[in-house]
Amino acid sequence: MSHGPSAPAQAHGGAHAHHVPYVPVFTDGSARLKELKDIISRYPDKRAALLPALWMVQQERGWISEDAMREVGDQLGCTAAYVKGVVTFYTMYHQHPVGKHFIQVCTTSPCLCAGADDVVKAFLEHTGCKELGLTSPDGKYTVIEVECLGACGFATPVQINEDYVESVTPEKVPGILAGLK
Amino acid sequence: MGYPHKSHPRETPVLSKHFGDPEARTLDGWKARGGYKALAQALHMEPTAIVDIVKASGLRGRGGAGFPTGLKWSFMKIGDGKEHYLCCNADESEPGTFKDREIMRWTPHALIEGCAVGAYAIGAETAYIYIRGEFTEPINVMEKALAEARAAGIIGKNAMGSGKNIDIWVHKGAGAYICGEETALMNSLEGKRGNPRIKPPFPAVSGLFGKPTTINNVETLAAVPHILNNGAEWYKAMSLSSPKSSGSKLFSVCGNVAKPGNYEVVMGFSFKEFLYDLCGGPLPGRKFKALIPGGSSVPTITIEEAEAIKMDYEGFVEQGTMLGSGGVIIFDDAQSMPRQLARIARFYAHESCAQCTQCREGTAWMTKILERIVAGQGTYEDLDTIFELSESMTGKTICVLSDSCGAPVVSGINKFRGEFEALIKGRRSSTVAVGAR
Repeated sequence: MSHGPSAPAQAHGGAHAHHVPYVPVFTDGSARLKELKDIISRYPDKRAALLPALWMVQQERGWISEDAMREVGDQLGCTAAYVKGVVTFYTMYHQHPVGKHFIQVCTTSPCLCAGADDVVKAFLEHTGCKELGLTSPDGKYTVIEVECLGACGFATPVQINEDYVESVTPEKVPGILAGLK
Repeated sequence: MGYPHKSHPRETPVLSKHFGDPEARTLDGWKARGGYKALAQALHMEPTAIVDIVKASGLRGRGGAGFPTGLKWSFMKIGDGKEHYLCCNADESEPGTFKDREIMRWTPHALIEGCAVGAYAIGAETAYIYIRGEFTEPINVMEKALAEARAAGIIGKNAMGSGKNIDIWVHKGAGAYICGEETALMNSLEGKRGNPRIKPPFPAVSGLFGKPTTINNVETLAAVPHILNNGAEWYKAMSLSSPKSSGSKLFSVCGNVAKPGNYEVVMGFSFKEFLYDLCGGPLPGRKFKALIPGGSSVPTITIEEAEAIKMDYEGFVEQGTMLGSGGVIIFDDAQSMPRQLARIARFYAHESCAQCTQCREGTAWMTKILERIVAGQGTYEDLDTIFELSESMTGKTICVLSDSCGAPVVSGINKFRGEFEALIKGRRSSTVAVGAR
């Protein structure tokens, strides 16, 4: 439930991203195609594999481009426009390239009580990201606010790529960033 | 168990007994703790007999609505020749709620067993556990446990040698609070945008893939094996509020409190003792001021109202709020209520699926007004506008997200009007203590 990066990230550049030829994910004989077929077999309608397929694309390519939407649509028997409608509904799918470390700071009420807005400031300061949703000039970080991560007893939780870091305070931020590979 | 704290002697750990114990995550460890006995027994019972036991136990939905679970299951007509489905709602996204996350990451087999029993009881051969996309760790733990259970023949074709088929799959969400609404969850699972559906038809008639479907919360399903093992009477008897509210309940406690965490107590427990004894009271030098006790979608109450509450479905209603999901958000005297409620409204504005005008426009407008007040630019008319808005946002939309935005805000303004008026008058509220943010 992130406040996703709304603009193409600076480090990559929107126009540039479109010129890189798209490399399909679900090629014949690939492990991802096998995985997708296995997932499709769990449902009576293959369109139910749409969210899982999009996750696979994002894991492989880092974000979901229009070419990727077309590829996924072809696999699951729906149009690219339909896929785009779904992609744009869910905040976790990146519609633009993001930094290597995608940092989501929970700022919903319980975390706000714990000072989450200072955690946001600390991440912006120490990553060099000028503002929320923008990627740092070195391409390493994107910082955004996220709505309730469901770890309110461990305020402030921060999700970095797939993993949660719990009980984050502004003081811990430099150490957390130093520990990222 | 007050995870991450040690269990408090006044807790009644049923679901949370093994939180923090990594061995309970494994199949062997779970079996050594009595796991899968209930499923083995259930698979040799008539499905209706299981439904009857759950009905008799008085178990009610733990996701927020509190609908009687056995009754919900009884809507599924066994032998109607249609495919049936069970969906486990693990989209835990209600601000203040983090109990299902602990159930999944510490006791995955408890949920698998509950899903398997539930699926069998409603005549389903397939269950999907819809987990919010952010929950990487719980998803990985659940996937691993499911693989173990599948390899051991506990689920899958011919589950536990019973001749019955029960497949259980994890389905990962992708970031949308609204998918915790049961019909939105089904749409999302079908590969659609997570827009709630108009009811009727209800899911038991036409649900997932148009087939009869039951949707249950994680905590509800995890409680079922305990009920089968120990009996409906045991479940009812542990509650101080039997017969209306039975069993134990996990409460997630967060915000300005000495010991945030999950606590499991019997229904009917004193909220005052819960807050001051189990949860350790306020932070040093502070006082509790207000609570939103059932996840952020329920009305705001004052600490005085909270102290009078008996923790059961009826007890919270008597004090003008709801038990909801059991996510207790506490604000102390250093917090500005206008600021907190503006943030809550912003949550709903962000999470509105935008299908219904009242919700799409109402949540955004309410947020704008509240943020204006917080910025010191509000007027008295703004408060009236919020009340009018809330009225037109309540009971008029496909789902209750819109109602959920108005509930904490309007009650919060009614109870802490002085803080709002002080901001409107252009000075800090005297009810906010020194050092307030």
